[in-house]
Amino acid sequence: MNVKRDRYFGRQYFFLVLFIVVWVALGMRLLSIQVLNDQYKRSSMVISIREEIEIPARGVIRDRHGVELVVNYPVYDLMVVAREVKPFDTLLLCRILDLDHLYVREYLQRQMRDPYLRVNRGVIARQLPIDQIGKFTEFQFRFPGFYVQERTMRRYPIGVAAHTLGYIGEVNQGVLDRDSYYVAGDYIGISGIERSYEGVLRGEKGLRKRLKDKFGRDQGPYLGGEEDIQARAGLDLYTTLDAGLQAYGEQLMEHKIGSVVALEPSTGEILALVTSPTYDPNLLSGRERAKNYHTLLNDTYRPLMNRALQAQYPPGSTFKMVNALISMQMNALRAETRYSCGGAFHMGRLTVRCHGHPGPTNLAQSIQFSCNTYYCYNFRDMLDRSNYPNTKAAFEVWRAHALSFGLGKRFNNDLPFGLAGNIPTSEFYDRYHGSGRWRALSIISLAIGQGEILTTPVQLANIAAVIANKGHYFNPHIVKSIGHPDSLNTAVRERFETTIDPHHFEPIIIGMRDVVLAGTARNAYIPGITVCGKTGTAQNPHGDNHSLFIAYAPMENPQIAIAVIVENAGYGSTWASPIASLMIEKYLTGEVKREALENRILNSKLIKR
Amino acid sequence: MYSNTTHQHKGIFRNIDWVMVVLWLILVTVGWLSVFSTGNQETFSNIFDLNQRYGKQLLWIVLAMVVALIILILDPKIVPPLSYMIYALLNLSLVAVLIFGTEVNASKSWFQVGGFALQPAEFAKVATVLAMARYMSAIDFDLTKRKTLLTVTGIVALPFGLIMLQPDLGSAIVLFAPILMLYRFGLWPWYLYGALTLALLFILDLMFSTYVVVGLIIISVALLILILKAKKREAWLMVSLGLATIVLVFAFDFFFHEGLKPHQKERIEVYIANLQGEDRDIRNIGYNFYQSKVAIGSGGWTGKGYLQGTQTKMNFIPEQDTDFIFCTVGEEFGFIGSMFIVSVFLLLLYRIIQRAEIQRSRFSQIYGYGVASLLFFHFVVNVGMTIGLTPVIGIPLPYMSYGGSSLWAFTILLFIFIKQDMHRYEVVG
Ligand SMILES: [Zn+2]
Repeated sequence: MNVKRDRYFGRQYFFLVLFIVVWVALGMRLLSIQVLNDQYKRSSMVISIREEIEIPARGVIRDRHGVELVVNYPVYDLMVVAREVKPFDTLLLCRILDLDHLYVREYLQRQMRDPYLRVNRGVIARQLPIDQIGKFTEFQFRFPGFYVQERTMRRYPIGVAAHTLGYIGEVNQGVLDRDSYYVAGDYIGISGIERSYEGVLRGEKGLRKRLKDKFGRDQGPYLGGEEDIQARAGLDLYTTLDAGLQAYGEQLMEHKIGSVVALEPSTGEILALVTSPTYDPNLLSGRERAKNYHTLLNDTYRPLMNRALQAQYPPGSTFKMVNALISMQMNALRAETRYSCGGAFHMGRLTVRCHGHPGPTNLAQSIQFSCNTYYCYNFRDMLDRSNYPNTKAAFEVWRAHALSFGLGKRFNNDLPFGLAGNIPTSEFYDRYHGSGRWRALSIISLAIGQGEILTTPVQLANIAAVIANKGHYFNPHIVKSIGHPDSLNTAVRERFETTIDPHHFEPIIIGMRDVVLAGTARNAYIPGITVCGKTGTAQNPHGDNHSLFIAYAPMENPQIAIAVIVENAGYGSTWASPIASLMIEKYLTGEVKREALENRILNSKLIKR
Repeated sequence: MYSNTTHQHKGIFRNIDWVMVVLWLILVTVGWLSVFSTGNQETFSNIFDLNQRYGKQLLWIVLAMVVALIILILDPKIVPPLSYMIYALLNLSLVAVLIFGTEVNASKSWFQVGGFALQPAEFAKVATVLAMARYMSAIDFDLTKRKTLLTVTGIVALPFGLIMLQPDLGSAIVLFAPILMLYRFGLWPWYLYGALTLALLFILDLMFSTYVVVGLIIISVALLILILKAKKREAWLMVSLGLATIVLVFAFDFFFHEGLKPHQKERIEVYIANLQGEDRDIRNIGYNFYQSKVAIGSGGWTGKGYLQGTQTKMNFIPEQDTDFIFCTVGEEFGFIGSMFIVSVFLLLLYRIIQRAEIQRSRFSQIYGYGVASLLFFHFVVNVGMTIGLTPVIGIPLPYMSYGGSSLWAFTILLFIFIKQDMHRYEVVG
């Protein structure tokens, strides 16, 4: 061979040496880690990391005395890890668990197709009956890859306050997209307290990463548990509800449409929040949930609607106290002010009818007898004959005072889905009548709580609380303590001042006392307890008027403020006032002695069911 | 008819060195088997399933063979004159990829055309070696001249800089592999020894401390002066060299602690800890190191058997069929299989050197060493990385890692040499 030898010819042997050195070095290293050292062999027994998610128990919901309203009970889901499934007796599995074998096969095929789903647990059957689970466990060794997972569902031991407590259900896609905490199949609060306190009730999911060998045997925690997250149990909630009072209210409202809201004036705690017709909350938990929900949704009486927060009524005569208080604050009314009533208010072509009562009345008497004429005259004086430049300016002041009672807006509290009611604006009347072309007479129905004013039952109860407190109220709220009964849920316990001076409340309170003692609601009288109340009738263009009553008691030391609305039941004194008084008696004395009245209410069916 | 076919056959493969071809074929085959093994056999329908990576890789292999055949058909004489043009074109494509490339993992390294992606940096390696061989094959080439040395450095520096802009450190660093080739053709050896010494000192600096290294340098200089009984001038030279080294070590230390981004620093620290036998930070930075060692280490003498690997299937190892393909070999074929692949690589390298030495054409000879240098560097760094000997640098294992670009580039690299070798008796450039 004729090869040119260059000066550096010898350096080729460096490469030979280099290759031999590398061969030896790599060989030694490979020998060391592959043959001599068995640490890596042990580590490799592990073939997968399985994430085990621990769903903590959801917090229990109790009433103000600790009575359980919502508790958990175990249900069993059948889980499967598709990769671990070995050929098994499909028919036997389907027979034990009452499953469709086509479904099982398709489910497993679907899981196998996805590399993530293949190695993770999927729910193949939900909420299996305990006897099926028992049988399955017996034969479990024949179904490798299948597991039973315990999960908790909600149960409502006394079945009250369905709307307030709310219910839970599987998360929907919207939530999954928005919040990475949830994975498909998780449960979340959908309405009521379950919804508004979801973050507190659910706790924090735990995550355990376990190493598994190829036989699926546990090989200890992944990274020594470094990435594990300890599950944190959900916190228990102590609601402001009085379970006994709530149950009694629901009983009284049976076969009637309407609602009852009872508050503790000194705190804003909601003692009872009754909406009727209601339903057994247990219907919306468990396997039949979807079916039951559908039935309730299609019910013409709309039992799913929470009337206590979402129904809006004209307050009727119960609004007279508000008007009187605003008028006093605007210097248009004093306790001694008298207007004479001839059975109606006449002004031009306008007539507002009153009813027979002694007259002329002073302020307290005007409440006692619920004189429409009195309020019409005074409303005109307040808006048209005041120190304000014009009706509109006076109306704006009136409106600001009215808003300070918590009207015309949603309480920023811990109950979802409340409505705001309505206190009309001057712009509204400007549009309706033309700017500057309306006077007190144009909007005279506001004087007696009709017209454009709308209030929700909880707002009506709050008016009673404002009067009981002589000028302030606490945000009505539903959860008293989180986690521990002695803690205080201060976040929702806010105090609000109205714009009315406390001394203006004296004649109002006298009037309300006399309503029950010798006025329009004598059937609300409770021996030994001074009840202050006021009837109302909400005009209903679609049918019979609604019967309204607001009250608080005892007068000297108010402990309960209440609003009762019975739809299509006529005057306030027929149905609303006795129901309110029974509630007050029950709450203050623990029992009801007026059995005849109680029986009349319990046995009346205003609707056919 | 029959004899005619035989003649043609002989025509294409006449004088071909079957040893290199067979070794190449072994690597490609074992590579594909490993890619198949890391793939998903549960959804296996056929090996040509283009939705699976093994199906795609098979397509790349077929195309690589077509490319190899084309090279064997073409006239080898056109290669040396075209070298500079190829080099220029590839550098242009490196510029183009910075502008039109698709960004993957925060680096712009790919041309994406439909379902196909090309990585020009892989081909730039071939072009750089071609250009260097072309330049170095000049009759008056002399690496002891400073200008020559600078030009050679420049040929490497241009694509290096462009690839660093993507940025792709791994692909850029391999461009320094031809220092081995330069050594063979007259590079002052102290460049190589000096570089190796400094690298060793830097590693010692990180493993122990700057003071240990400084002490080591001082003792070495003192011993050298004493043993060699150096004269005054030589002694001064050694002392100043020692001082310069100490300054460099301090500069390196400063750069390491102040100049690097935290994640780069941690990466090196994990590597150093790994050299000291500690599996550090196996959750994050040390994860690849640890998992690939577990995969290979669990292979034992003979491995778990083909397709029986567990570590390389469960997504424990990222890039398990690209940069970490050697893990599959180690796990499924054990020490025997690993050593087989190591031996095949080293045999191929030795064969290339051997053939390069008998080339008449200066160009072919130098080019052969360039091929060997590039393959050697990739092989050592990649395999070293999977067994925790070298830092984790993202470079493929030639012929075995999944990916069309690297397979084609390394095939072109080798077959240009094979073709040159076939014509070694014809006098070319
Ligand atoms: Zn009257």
